[in-house]
Amino acid sequence: MAQLISRLRLWRGAVLLIAGTYFLLPMAASVWFSIDDPKGITFEAYTGLLSAPGFTDSLWLTLQLAVVTVLVVLLLLVPALIAVRLGSPKLRTVLEVVCTLPLVVPPVALTAGLIGVLRWGPDYLMDTPFFQTFVFVQDPKFPLVLVIAYVLMSLPLAYRALDAGLRAVDVRTLVEAARNCGASWPRAVFTVVLPNLRGALLNASFLTLALVLGEFTSASILGYQPFAVWIYSVGNSQAQMSVAVSVLSLLITWVLLLLLAAAGRERRHRTPARP
Amino acid sequence: MTTAPTPVPTPAATDHSGGAGVSGTASATSPTVPAQRAPGRPTAGRRRLRPRAGGWLATVPLLAFFAISFGLPAVAIAIGAFTASSDAETGAGQFTTDNLTASVQGAYWTALLSSVKLSALTALLGTLIGLPIAQAVVTSRHKAVREAVLSASGVLANFGGLPLAFAFVATLGNAGELTKLLHLTDHGWSLYSFTGLTVVYLYFLVPLMVLSITPALDGLRVQWREAAHNNRATTLQYWRHVALPILFPSLLGGFVLLFGSAFAAYATAAAMVGATVPLISRSIADALSGNVLVGQGNLALALSLDMIVVAALVMAVYLPLQRRSARWLS
Repeated sequence: MAQLISRLRLWRGAVLLIAGTYFLLPMAASVWFSIDDPKGITFEAYTGLLSAPGFTDSLWLTLQLAVVTVLVVLLLLVPALIAVRLGSPKLRTVLEVVCTLPLVVPPVALTAGLIGVLRWGPDYLMDTPFFQTFVFVQDPKFPLVLVIAYVLMSLPLAYRALDAGLRAVDVRTLVEAARNCGASWPRAVFTVVLPNLRGALLNASFLTLALVLGEFTSASILGYQPFAVWIYSVGNSQAQMSVAVSVLSLLITWVLLLLLAAAGRERRHRTPARP
Repeated sequence: MTTAPTPVPTPAATDHSGGAGVSGTASATSPTVPAQRAPGRPTAGRRRLRPRAGGWLATVPLLAFFAISFGLPAVAIAIGAFTASSDAETGAGQFTTDNLTASVQGAYWTALLSSVKLSALTALLGTLIGLPIAQAVVTSRHKAVREAVLSASGVLANFGGLPLAFAFVATLGNAGELTKLLHLTDHGWSLYSFTGLTVVYLYFLVPLMVLSITPALDGLRVQWREAAHNNRATTLQYWRHVALPILFPSLLGGFVLLFGSAFAAYATAAAMVGATVPLISRSIADALSGNVLVGQGNLALALSLDMIVVAALVMAVYLPLQRRSARWLS
């Protein structure tokens, strides 16, 4: 028996070691690649970032898009999911279908569809007020069409996260208790339900944020230049800098996730009696 | 955007969710309406703990947004795939199956096949590699190992796209560190090939598999294993007759999820391989940007339709399995 256990432990260690090597190697190599120079080690790829043309503009655009997308996703999903928890289970199935369908459409296909719709503007709607909407949606300063695409793409992820969070708390009992104590509807939702969903809200926001920060397909095909597209254009001329940005983006994602995990753990400690 | 077009959801939803959306909405709202009217407003004030009327109203913005932003592109694909391109010389806007026929011939068919092949291979490898890693994590006695691997998986599973491509170019590309160190080019290695793409895709598919299979592995009771061993089953027998049958729906579900991710991936391949490995997602992008031929805009929509059909077939396997494997997790 002892032999079996030690063999198992060895096997576990070997698996994790091999996996760890495979997953850490490209990162280590990337870091080395970004600072390696014929003349010696240099951090120019990192220090030159801020002054690189287009860096701040594209980053700013991406951050704006990310914030708006996260807000839209939460504003659309949270009320709907809470209402469905309190109300009819049939609508819940509808929401589940609605929030899963975007998974079936790959981003490229969705973008093709969006372009198909956008072509209707000049083709058929030139003389109608809708045309202005089409122009507005494609404003290069803040392309709302990207927000639409991002919201659709993040619906399945955000739905899963929020649904899991809602499953862990008994929304109906919470609301009824709050209402019985005389709380108004907004008060019951904002001071009782939402704080209980903090982890799920953070989770959904993080997943949406990560998606928007890394999204390349739609933006590049539609011809806008948020951060991911900028990295791509940099990669063609300055390989070191593009790798440096890749390393940074990975670090940022990691930090965000760790913060999220920390927030989630705090929650769990405070409510130990969870089923 | 969300308030004005309330009548839109019904027709659009009929088209795309196979009627399920509409019948669900209608039957869900109809019983609540009379119930809410009957007691009348003033007397019901104290009794109304649940928002009978507001309940479904809160879902309207989401459904309306979905109907417009998902419905319209879907309609555009469905119409566009079957009509001649408006910028084509002849018969603009007329019904035709030429686009679809063209989309499953020649280079496009090769690209579709190559995409399916790459996705299936990487998904299979991802499943086979992800399972032992997840098992090692689940059975590890150190909580730190578990937390570290799972959080790393969370990051890496989201690490698709460009950064991943650039990281691998820096590692295994023509001027990559590892390539230089081990003189891999002399051994016939090329990152910009089918094999190279497989190695890169596994980088985000394996963590995805670890994430999606861990709950199922957690659901395997220690007692089952003990019971099997008490009946003199070997470890291999335990896995063959107990664990794998239970895990099968989750494994297949994970495989499908991986397939879908690999199939839909575009950025990694776009940044890395260019045209050496033909992929359907790149063909669509090329057709959209008019890189191929002018007047074939609707061909891109036909290709998208092909892609959606493949993804839908795959998802049709995934969703029921997801539900079935959920039973073991509770």
